[in-house]
Amino acid sequence: MKAAVVVFPGINRERDMARTLALVSGVAPAMVWHADTALPPGTDLVVIPGGFSYGDYLRCGAIAARSPIMEAVRAHAAKGGLTLGVCNGFQILCEAGLLPGVLMRNARLRFICRDVYLRVEHSDSPFTRGYNGGQVIRVPVAHGEGNYIADADTIVRLEGEGRVLFRYCSPEGDLDPAWNVNGATNAIAGIVGERGNVLGMMPHPENHVEAALGVTDGRGLFAGLVEALKRAA
Amino acid sequence: MKARVTVTLKTGILDPQGKAIEGALRSLGLAGVASVRQGKVFDIEIEGSDPAKAEALLKQAADRLLANTVIENYRVDVLG
Repeated sequence: MKAAVVVFPGINRERDMARTLALVSGVAPAMVWHADTALPPGTDLVVIPGGFSYGDYLRCGAIAARSPIMEAVRAHAAKGGLTLGVCNGFQILCEAGLLPGVLMRNARLRFICRDVYLRVEHSDSPFTRGYNGGQVIRVPVAHGEGNYIADADTIVRLEGEGRVLFRYCSPEGDLDPAWNVNGATNAIAGIVGERGNVLGMMPHPENHVEAALGVTDGRGLFAGLVEALKRAA
Repeated sequence: MKARVTVTLKTGILDPQGKAIEGALRSLGLAGVASVRQGKVFDIEIEGSDPAKAEALLKQAADRLLANTVIENYRVDVLG
């Protein structure tokens, strides 16, 4: 798997992401600077990591979404290339118009940094093929603006087309408002675009892949991508 | 030319920051505040002297960057 991690000023999770990609796929990703205008030839997966691009100035992800490299990311996604945005990366994909909706301030206004439980809605996606539908995974979140909203028509379409891949839930997989950490509409934690090849999610699966940390629930996402690419090849 | 772009949240979009400010104003004892919505103001200097051109330029700026039109409205005022 040839992955490329896009680096913007103010991003701080790019090394976690690179470490995970190297660990799970066996190949170190290319690090691509925001001012570049092209991705390395043959890139299979583009990852926009988490952090605070441009200090969250204007709106989270707004300025990064307009930087030169994003034209190349847009072209990669348009031809069906796998694209993953985590945390600030999700915000950037929304601001760039590659995913619908907006990540608003957390409903309780606090920055939340802790493990959450996610229900994997189905495994019929390159991003979730490493899991079973209905499986509950534990991964961390670290964000102040993760409260997903979109207009009512968009939510109906996302739900109807099976484009919600992850929801905040209880350890048993129940959708209870008490476990919806940021107040997101329908407890949405991660969605894919119309063609299913662009995933944005607030939680950080890249931080739960090594046994030394006690939890490896994030590994399935990356292992599933490696597998999906192998099958496609 | 001076101009101002005002960006406000659309009706129906929850504004927890505005709500918190509203609560703080109440706790200051300022009676009569019914509700608060927080927005943004951009003061922009424009080259040239054609107000119509300036307005068109600022509309583009607002559509493409200053506002996220999924959740925000904007208003452009060319002040001359």
